[in-house]
Amino acid sequence: MKWIISKNNQVISLNEIPVLGIDELRNEIIKQYKTDKRVVGFFGCAEYSNVRLYTILADDNKSELLISSVRFMAGEKSYPSITKDISAFQMFEREFYEEFGIEPVGHPWLKPVRYSKNRFDKTQKIENYPFFKMDGEEVHEVAVGPIHAGVIEPGHFRFMCNGEKVYHLEIQLGYQHRGTESLFENNNNFAPHLAESIAGDTVIGHAITYSNAVEALLNIKISDKAELIRVLALELERIAVHIGDLGAISNDIGYLMGNSVFGATRTLVINTLLSICGSRFGRGLIRVGGVAFDIDIELSEKISKTLDKVLKDVDKMTETMFSSASVLSRLEKTGTLSMEKAKMIGLVGIATRASGLSLDARADHSWGWYKKFSFDKEILESGDVFARTHIRYKEIKQSMNIIKELLNQIQDCKEDILLVKSKNQLLGNSMVVSMVEGWRGEAVHTALTNNEGQIFRYKIKDPSFNNWYGLALAVRNNGISDFPLCNKSFNLSYCGNDL
Amino acid sequence: MFDTLKSRIYQGDQAIPDIEKAVIDEKFRGLPLIDRQSCSNCNECIDVCPTNAINQDISIDMGKCIFCGDCERKCPNNAIKFTNFHKISSTSRESLIIDSNTTQESFESIAVKSTKEIKKLFGKSLKLRQVSAGGCNGCEMELNACSNVNFDMGRFGIDITASPRHADGLIITGPVTENMAKALEDAYLSVPDPKIIILTGTCAISGGVFQKSDVLKRDFLEKYKVDLYIPGCPVHPLTVINGILDFLK
Repeated sequence: MKWIISKNNQVISLNEIPVLGIDELRNEIIKQYKTDKRVVGFFGCAEYSNVRLYTILADDNKSELLISSVRFMAGEKSYPSITKDISAFQMFEREFYEEFGIEPVGHPWLKPVRYSKNRFDKTQKIENYPFFKMDGEEVHEVAVGPIHAGVIEPGHFRFMCNGEKVYHLEIQLGYQHRGTESLFENNNNFAPHLAESIAGDTVIGHAITYSNAVEALLNIKISDKAELIRVLALELERIAVHIGDLGAISNDIGYLMGNSVFGATRTLVINTLLSICGSRFGRGLIRVGGVAFDIDIELSEKISKTLDKVLKDVDKMTETMFSSASVLSRLEKTGTLSMEKAKMIGLVGIATRASGLSLDARADHSWGWYKKFSFDKEILESGDVFARTHIRYKEIKQSMNIIKELLNQIQDCKEDILLVKSKNQLLGNSMVVSMVEGWRGEAVHTALTNNEGQIFRYKIKDPSFNNWYGLALAVRNNGISDFPLCNKSFNLSYCGNDL
Repeated sequence: MFDTLKSRIYQGDQAIPDIEKAVIDEKFRGLPLIDRQSCSNCNECIDVCPTNAINQDISIDMGKCIFCGDCERKCPNNAIKFTNFHKISSTSRESLIIDSNTTQESFESIAVKSTKEIKKLFGKSLKLRQVSAGGCNGCEMELNACSNVNFDMGRFGIDITASPRHADGLIITGPVTENMAKALEDAYLSVPDPKIIILTGTCAISGGVFQKSDVLKRDFLEKYKVDLYIPGCPVHPLTVINGILDFLK
């Protein structure tokens, strides 16, 4: 057996995971990629003096996860790179190399990912990042960051330009590295608070991903109502961020009307989250075992009313915005990422759907309430800033429909218990993979427990980890002045990448 | 054109008219109050707190608190109550520690101490450079919200500048990561004197949920004087604006 087949939130025993030779695994991965699998996990784990490399591929058509592994003995310090054949592995292999020093030979650009604390080569410093160089008469470089002009997280962008045209953008991250994964490991307490801070714009998304994983390991099932409130909050988060992004995109093209109106409309949505759980970003709501706050009839009516107004406002403003020629001329054909490239580099989430790929973990790897609900994924094909803007509008409407449906059903489960208390220990010697489609894309958490039932490895993959390279490709051959717009249309997380 | 005008008229005036009197939804967790009389010393709150914000004498350090409300829910005697009072900024680190004698009034009277000098220098205009040093984007988004049409911080002469050279000080978010420590100090040194430092959010004040991380480098905060602490996880825009306004009074 080359792979063990698992599913989202299904616990498997570590002993069941096959251990292959690296060449065998490499060939297997290439074979699986021919039938549309894609990587969602590729990470190392110290095992005494050896290193175990786990690989998780997603089969989106069958809603399955294929898991396998390789054991590198202490002396084995290299293997033939997979990126040579499958570009989507480029970040994963760089991360694995940075942490364990096992070199993927033939990797086209084996650069540091985040200068993590556990990097094998401590002499590497973030200020000495090996940037690409480009020569030519009219070639020049523009360096931006780590501190940016706006109120955003830090990261360094190095543009290689000819006049105003960008040939290549190199994105150097790592400034936000907080050692997040290691704080989940060997921790005797549940850490939903930490999950909420993996990326502060995806509080609900990451908190649910974490809780789903831990609940699977505890072997508990949360109540229908708790499940429903989780999905409702996740969709509210999606609506809030998408509306905020429509405003930010408006701002970056100097369409201040849109910026003001979407900004004010977003306030209504996040204040709805506040009236549910006391935090505008939904902090404190998701806990292991369920949710900490209820939605009663009065509140559900209030939510319904607010969302009616939000939908009306968004409809009005979007119609005005998208019928303005000066807006469209800035959005259309700017920062285009073709479907082929999106697929090649393993783009996920809204960005990949805007490039025509059908990928949405809510449908492909559904959990909880999503299993009972079928919806059509929103997909656009042009792959430009316009598509990434328009898809947000479409997803806002889609999420509104989901919430409407949830609010209809919430009355039926009013007696349900919100927070299941359990004395269970985490299942020992196990692995669980948890996937949740947040507003940006799929968050993937993989937890591994030891014999004592303690999490000894907690791997987090934010969608930003896949998508930063997509931004770099999208700005190629665009004017450098369109970079902020392209950047906003992706709206990626720095700390989600840096962990 | 007419559509745009119609949208403008439909939207009306969105700004909160009186920022100082604005009240947040009662679910909001702001200033915690402690009722020592009902406390049975079970220490459940201390055990449940993810950031060790509750001391043995059941005082709560708002510089460490992430306002998750887990202690309030866990307490069998309702001895801890998070009020929706949001003006929780302070000019001293010590004042952020709430004990059983603290009331809303007593906190307000000691929290933000303004000085004549600050008022004279920055009272009419305060320009700040924001540095995120490991911030998760929560506080950053709320700082951006301070400048949206609802909160409109600019009307008080408070703005975020694009360059530290144009700023009167830094407004810092995040627990200060090792990889960001140098850039943070560089930015501070680029701000012309006289300058101030404002710490925004629990991560910046104490490390928050990342306080046990071994990748933080917080000596910058020991080296330079902090002028204003704005707690929250993330900070609420009203806390930020009122905190700064009180500081400039």
